[in-house]
Amino acid sequence: MHDSVRFEKENNRLTAFLCGELDHHTAGMLRLQIDHMISLQRPKELILDFSAVPFMDSSGIGLILGRHRKMTEIGGSVFLQQMSPRIAQMVALSGIEKTIGQKEES
Amino acid sequence: MAKTKPINRMRCSLPAISINEQTARLLLSAFLMQADPTAEELADLKTAVSEAVTNAIVHGYPDSGGQIFITATLYEDRLFRVQIRDTGCGIEDIPLAMTPLYTTSPEEERAGLGFAVMEAFCDRIRVSSRTGKGTTVTLEKRLTSKQEPGKTR
Repeated sequence: MHDSVRFEKENNRLTAFLCGELDHHTAGMLRLQIDHMISLQRPKELILDFSAVPFMDSSGIGLILGRHRKMTEIGGSVFLQQMSPRIAQMVALSGIEKTIGQKEES
Repeated sequence: MAKTKPINRMRCSLPAISINEQTARLLLSAFLMQADPTAEELADLKTAVSEAVTNAIVHGYPDSGGQIFITATLYEDRLFRVQIRDTGCGIEDIPLAMTPLYTTSPEEERAGLGFAVMEAFCDRIRVSSRTGKGTTVTLEKRLTSKQEPGKTR
């Protein structure tokens, strides 16, 4: 099976490049992989990159919120980057952009 | 919304397993091709249907599996209607279930936004449910028409 997420670590920043459609089915797997990486690396910043995510429903919001909680527990924070207008619309609809930052470029 | 004549209909049933969230989206896209929707309309409907199917899988059949029945209909006046039905546990309190951010599955990291998303991306939503019998979600959206003068796509 192809990888649904690829990681890059630079100093205290962990970037997760999500790949593929993000729904309830794929969110479960992504959650396990990202959380495993968070506990190994204990970064200060977790960046979720959406450049290779062609579709996302509200399961993606659940995934973002869950990682936000996880990062807050270890004193870190979550940022979102490279969202398509469509994904940005979903994020805006959920109201989470008030608590979660967005990055233009890494 | 006044109904006109249906011009095409798709009925399908899928086992309530999460891989079929994607299957449902693909079937919907395939059926909608004949109506030549805008990219935006197609994305709206894919998202809304994905939410409804996920709800059926996660909440309709929380313990045992079951079937999800999807009926998609295209009407003469470019009204598109899709019904997502399960014969699962049903919803006790529909207004509560439709409240944004309300979820019965926080441990599953459900954001509680399913119905809010369906409402945002469709013209109309109807939910009927009976405890122990199942739930039917009906979504409607009128697709823009290429023929209408003055409208840009």
